[in-house]
Amino acid sequence: MPTRTRAPRRRRNLAPVAFVAPFLLLFLLTFAVPIAYAVHQSVMDVEYTGPLGLGGSRTAFVGLSNYSHALSDDAFLRSVGRVLLFAVVQVPVMVALAAGLALLLDSASARGVRFFRAAYFLPYGVPGVIASILWGFLYVPGVSPLVDGMRHLGVSVDLLGGSTVLWSIANIVVWEFAGYNVLVLVAQLRTIPAELYEAARIDGAGAWTTVRYVKLPLLRPALVLTTVFTIIGTLQLFAEPLVLRPVSSSIDSAYTPNLSAYNEAFTNDNYHLAAAEAVLLALAAFVLSFGFLRLINKRGGDA
Amino acid sequence: MSLQTPARAVRPSGVTPASDDGTPPRGGISGVTTRSRILVTGLLVAAAGYFLLPVYWLVVASTKSTGELFGSFGLWFSQPQLLSNLHQVVTYDDAIYLRWAANSLLYAGVGAGVATLLAAMSGYALAKFSFTGRDTLFNVVLGGVLLPATALALPMYLLFSKAGLANTYWAVLLPSFVSPFGVYLCRIYAAASIPDELLEAARIDGAGEFRIFGVVALRIMTPALVTIFLFQFVGIWNNYFLPLVMLSDSKLYPITLGLTSWQSFADRQPQLYQLTVGGAFVSVVPLMIAMVALQRFWRSGLTEGSVKG
Repeated sequence: MPTRTRAPRRRRNLAPVAFVAPFLLLFLLTFAVPIAYAVHQSVMDVEYTGPLGLGGSRTAFVGLSNYSHALSDDAFLRSVGRVLLFAVVQVPVMVALAAGLALLLDSASARGVRFFRAAYFLPYGVPGVIASILWGFLYVPGVSPLVDGMRHLGVSVDLLGGSTVLWSIANIVVWEFAGYNVLVLVAQLRTIPAELYEAARIDGAGAWTTVRYVKLPLLRPALVLTTVFTIIGTLQLFAEPLVLRPVSSSIDSAYTPNLSAYNEAFTNDNYHLAAAEAVLLALAAFVLSFGFLRLINKRGGDA
Repeated sequence: MSLQTPARAVRPSGVTPASDDGTPPRGGISGVTTRSRILVTGLLVAAAGYFLLPVYWLVVASTKSTGELFGSFGLWFSQPQLLSNLHQVVTYDDAIYLRWAANSLLYAGVGAGVATLLAAMSGYALAKFSFTGRDTLFNVVLGGVLLPATALALPMYLLFSKAGLANTYWAVLLPSFVSPFGVYLCRIYAAASIPDELLEAARIDGAGEFRIFGVVALRIMTPALVTIFLFQFVGIWNNYFLPLVMLSDSKLYPITLGLTSWQSFADRQPQLYQLTVGGAFVSVVPLMIAMVALQRFWRSGLTEGSVKG
């Protein structure tokens, strides 16, 4: 008997290892090692030796100097400020729009729900670069029916100017992802049991009261998820400004932190500075999304 | 941390409530006035106009010649020549577009398939076995969900180029095999939907762990797996940064990269404007149709992902 019980036990102990191993190996290769490598690269730099630096070059440990370089670089700081400003506007607009549309779709007055839901979700299938190419055409005067139409009405807008192009990019991002968020929120609304509505109705609640006190509180988990993903997505802003660069002189090579890191690495060949910028970006994403989750959980505890 | 607690309201069957489609939604409040109905419909139509406008523009623009693209009103047809445009798109530069399309299919199809299987295996193990380091592992994977993929791409490129993997199919495929979000979803789903008694019964019957996983677990987890496959497929298909960083040979490009390379040369070769538009049309329309057709899978999966304690 002891052999019979021991054999499956041992097998069972090895099984989870075998199940997890392939994923874990690739996860290490594509997540853990690159991050460790980026941190390592970010504290190294190329130093030139010999008279006038002509003796040759070697890579040496330089501590946090790449970080202080990045954090004292005006262009990089402006790019950080720009995505933060972008996030402060974009995240609430995105979440509010998605929640509004989801509540409208879920309301008793809505007809043709299937059609509208599909229409809102369509852009999620359009890659960010292609969406940017499309909207790019819709922003450029002479091609864009929107800009030309408005000019005929006597309104002249420059959608690619210094003060507007950031919001033109925001529009592309909202267009791409709002429908996806609507779908998440609608799915969550569907899980609300009908009895809750019944109870609210018996208590004399109207449509608005039901939204405020039944639907919105129950939407909270999905709203939190939506917000966190929107924050992470915002910090990664890259394809949209890159594609719009040729048509807008207001977008420089360090328009967003990501663009800046890309440019340092591939145009200036400064991998060490690029690594420091990538690490800062990852840190910012962690701090902001965990910070938001903590804030939400604390408030939830008080309620 | 709410992210770590398994979902309270997970519906293992992946079935959405009966009233989901067709029947009027149960917003539940009776006595809907005509005015509110008009208001709601008006708002929904306005939003639909916003989301569909660029798609409509794309459809119209893909039928125009290069000259008409710039010289005619953007929202209406002018001497449609869709077929000859599409012919140009697929034949230009030795049919490189078709190669890009095949590459995109390869990256997204193989990448999402492998990622789904690996996520299923580890999610299942995390949910159904207790072993040392299990919680640490899960938390590290969750951290991976919150890490911006673009911050990883640069150091990954440096590593891959040292290993001679940069500018190969593997450079895009290997990172696509990893889906931390898939592991998260699979763990939640397996924990809620696969009964321990079933696994015990299979073990008593003498089935090996891999057989149990292949026959019992995978079957029960199918709805979650479909969702993960779809997410990963669209994620890889839409990815731009990773191939941009990794690939220099245009023969390895996916469609996203190929189209931007056409667009960037269009200044010198105006014909490429039309090809960019036509190429975007060809790549986007099938995907949009697929999205709409597969919507119910998205929705059943989305609830599981979003509903947290």
